[in-house]
Amino acid sequence: MQTRREMLARSASVAAALAGLGLLPQAAQAAWSQAAFDAKTMADLMKALGTSGPAESKDVTINGPDIAENGAVVPVGASTTLAGARRILLLVEKNPSMLAALFEVTDAVEPNISTRVKMGQSSNVIAVVITADNKVLFAQKEIKVTLGGCGG
Amino acid sequence: MADPMRIRAQAAGDKTTVRVLMSHEMETGQRKDAAGKVVPAWFIQEITASHNGKPVMTAQWGPSVAKNPFLQFVIKGAKAGDKVTIGWLDNRGDKRSDEATVS
Repeated sequence: MQTRREMLARSASVAAALAGLGLLPQAAQAAWSQAAFDAKTMADLMKALGTSGPAESKDVTINGPDIAENGAVVPVGASTTLAGARRILLLVEKNPSMLAALFEVTDAVEPNISTRVKMGQSSNVIAVVITADNKVLFAQKEIKVTLGGCGG
Repeated sequence: MADPMRIRAQAAGDKTTVRVLMSHEMETGQRKDAAGKVVPAWFIQEITASHNGKPVMTAQWGPSVAKNPFLQFVIKGAKAGDKVTIGWLDNRGDKRSDEATVS
């Protein structure tokens, strides 16, 4: 059962997430988007970001090892050949929260970003690119993990 | 205050590759300590990158980003001598900002 106070707090945080991400991308740095990082499925995540379902595309590339020995440090990179990328997302499908990182890029940087993530178990890693004209495209790659990096 | 970041920015033609190594625990909030208590989450939430004071990229991170995070990106049009500033903010409100010169 939810109290009125909880309801209000929840709707305020959802509103903040929407304001930060869906409606005003420029303001996103001011508010970390709880809803997006809480999302467990691709559909939830896309809803939290205020965009529609993604389509697989050859224009998006995900880089990573085929087998990661240590799930605590898995190097992954996302890049796209499309012009006008606004957001680049890195997702680990089977982690407790799917979204690992969300980059808001401008035209002053190349849409090509690398970082390192943790993976709890072997899973698909997905790169999602959202362009200025609201195209949502993704690429995925399976990375096998021999030693998990989340908890334990 | 956390340890300083290591930032390397190298120009090649009109593109500058920036590599950043941050020093941070990035605790997920999933792990338990020896006494069986959950270790509270502690991770970097927001990143900002600026080139000569102008923001070029921001990022939001979740606890899935690895400990002592590494980040690499490419700035277009930066030349040797330009300043690249990286800042982060974690979920405890700690923040840190470091600057490097493009070489």
